[in-house]
Amino acid sequence: MSINRREFLKRSLTIAGTSLLSGGAIAHAANNPDPSIFSTGNTANEKNWKLWVEKSEALAPVKYGVLVDTTLCIGCRRCEWACNEWNNNPNRPVKEFEASVSQQKSVFNAVRRMHAGNFTVVNRYISSKDGKPIYVKRQCMHCDDPGCLSSCFVDAYRKAKNGPVVHNASVCIGCRYCMVACPFDVPAYEYYAPLNPQITKCTFCFDRISKGSVPACVEICPAGVMTFGKRDDLLKLAYERIGMRPDRYIDHIYGENEVGGTSWLYLSSVPFHEIGLRTDIGKTPIPELTKGYLIGVKMFEIVGAWPLVFGAYYAISKARKKANAGHESSAETEGEGHGGKH
Amino acid sequence: MAENTNSWFREKILLGKSNRDYIASIATPGNFIAGLIIIFGVIVMIYRLFFGLGPATNLTDNYPWGFWIGFDILVGIALAAPGLTLGTAVHLFGMKKYHHFVRPAILSSLLGYIFAVFALLFDLGRYYRIPYLIGWSWGLSSVLFLIGWHFTLYIIICIIEWSPALFEWLNLRKFREFFNKIAIWATIFGVIIAGGHQSALGGLYLIAPAKLHPLWYSMFLPVFFLLSAIFAGICMVIVESTITHGVFKGQLKNFNQAEFDRRTIGLGTAAAASLFIYFILKIFDLAHSDNWAYLNTFYGFWYLVEVIGFVLLPAMLFASGVRNGNAKLIRLTGFLTVFGVILNRLNVAIFAYNWQFPASMKYYPKWMEISLSIGVVAMLIVAYRFIVNRMAIMHDHPDYESGH
Ligand code: SF4
Ligand code: SF4
Ligand code: SF4
Repeated sequence: MSINRREFLKRSLTIAGTSLLSGGAIAHAANNPDPSIFSTGNTANEKNWKLWVEKSEALAPVKYGVLVDTTLCIGCRRCEWACNEWNNNPNRPVKEFEASVSQQKSVFNAVRRMHAGNFTVVNRYISSKDGKPIYVKRQCMHCDDPGCLSSCFVDAYRKAKNGPVVHNASVCIGCRYCMVACPFDVPAYEYYAPLNPQITKCTFCFDRISKGSVPACVEICPAGVMTFGKRDDLLKLAYERIGMRPDRYIDHIYGENEVGGTSWLYLSSVPFHEIGLRTDIGKTPIPELTKGYLIGVKMFEIVGAWPLVFGAYYAISKARKKANAGHESSAETEGEGHGGKH
Repeated sequence: MAENTNSWFREKILLGKSNRDYIASIATPGNFIAGLIIIFGVIVMIYRLFFGLGPATNLTDNYPWGFWIGFDILVGIALAAPGLTLGTAVHLFGMKKYHHFVRPAILSSLLGYIFAVFALLFDLGRYYRIPYLIGWSWGLSSVLFLIGWHFTLYIIICIIEWSPALFEWLNLRKFREFFNKIAIWATIFGVIIAGGHQSALGGLYLIAPAKLHPLWYSMFLPVFFLLSAIFAGICMVIVESTITHGVFKGQLKNFNQAEFDRRTIGLGTAAAASLFIYFILKIFDLAHSDNWAYLNTFYGFWYLVEVIGFVLLPAMLFASGVRNGNAKLIRLTGFLTVFGVILNRLNVAIFAYNWQFPASMKYYPKWMEISLSIGVVAMLIVAYRFIVNRMAIMHDHPDYESGH
């Protein structure tokens, strides 16, 4: 089934309800699980983190990004292969990746997401415009104000000055709150590592781009889907493309303002929710959603605590005086005096 | 210990019985079942530690949080709120009449938190790094960071509040006096700290507006969690006192049923008030976010079951029980409300999370997840009984002044 069931359901609330009753859980369990779910021992995140620690000061504060033009993608999945190769994720011969697009029984038949062993996936959707397939590469969006970063209780994420959001596996406790927080469902977890499971996600090839090279996926793409460059320039380029071919593109750059803006940007010929990119996530940066609350709690605890403390002190001393004055008469039905001698 | 020569051990741990008598006295069917449940729980714990979260749970990359967070933490901490509510009532508002409820309440909070955190360790991928949170790497912008710190502080606070009973048991009068004196301060800080993290548990989900169903997502989530923790705390006091007054009857000398009923009704009044406030806020929130259209869906139906059946109904039952002086009705409603809080927390954590997903992609707990959680609950009950049977929790210690 190649239509995106999730999007389909979102449009119809009533159907969401009834499908829950139809009990498809068993059918799902019978599906062959994606082998990358079982992957363990990721090294790329840690490696890029160490590099970031080394280089962070020296980086020029120019934000880079990638513009993904989904109208050009041919679904060869070479980017997946190259990403696995570069980042030492479990890999298969590149032929197997290239074959998916023409296979009857293909990974494209289901919408996939990133798992422990892959930082990027290509999905297939059917265009509502002309019925032709649309291929969409997914990976971390490298948000300007990332939800994963603000949610982490041991502060394991950093937004590098040049764009990438990097993850420090050496402090991560594995609470997986960052996975809850990410609006794009990007971070994955090594659920099958009993002792040392890690969060894994696309590094934006920090190791490559901070040396002046382009990401591995960008480099290998044979169809010119991805353009690596300064984010500002990419926005200009995207507007130009939309302006020149308004029949080809819808008038929206996904990632320009989504959750406050992301380093990776997308162009599409059909509305973005039809190709698996959520349009209900708003423009507010994710960290803003909890900021107000956190300030409120801290204010309460710092300002509100004192009247409570003094009020209680007043009440105690008053009770003590009263107890000393009329110890006998204050006895309750249970037959006890209270707070008399401390 | 083959030969029981240690008289301290015999006095304090074995309740003055010999080894054999003691073992005979605990070999009851109830303990046997509890033991079985715990054994199953421990087996799952070991399995989880050796094979990892993947084989032990149904968690996926789309469902990073499941039953362990939903039940052990969200439910567990809400139901461990008696210390908060009773501590406030007695120590801050001076409602001394309720002081008999305070020690059991504090003990249940203390054990509730300790066992919730213990269960949480199995959910954390790298549980052995938990100290990082306190001393190594601070994620100040994270709600979870706030919770982590508050849990730590609150457990310390509960230990201080509980320690007078401990030192009475150990016969250390000096320590007992000292901790008795600082317990009130611990209570005051406890109120602030507990209020902070009860709301923060709701605050956790503020970060996922696109994942939580709009009927459950609200900017008032922290307020809802705090308020419902308050009536959960009150109702847990009703529930626990109902159970413990049955189980530990022998410990209650000059127990006065009428007095007990009057106190229960008093608790019912407080529960009714907080339930009504909560209900009104819920409706206000529904109107404010204009979510009426969602009501006519499957999720909406479930939402109504929660809000009408487990908030409005108990509120009215409490009100009627108070009006008619019907303590029995109040006790029953206490159970109903506690069940409603459990339902609400599981709805937020599991049912309403990733609500757009088709049924085939939704998460449901694996038996091992449930087994571990139930095992931890059984451990908690055993620990509670162990302590109540030895320390002055249900009654005042005969050698000491009333502590409150
Ligand atoms: S897409 Fe998700 S993981 Fe990537 S930076 Fe944004 S919040 Fe973080
Ligand atoms: S799983 Fe790790 S990186 Fe993610 S929030 Fe928790 S500690 Fe931080
Ligand atoms: S930028 Fe690098 S890590 Fe990210 S998807 Fe491309 S190749 Fe993989």
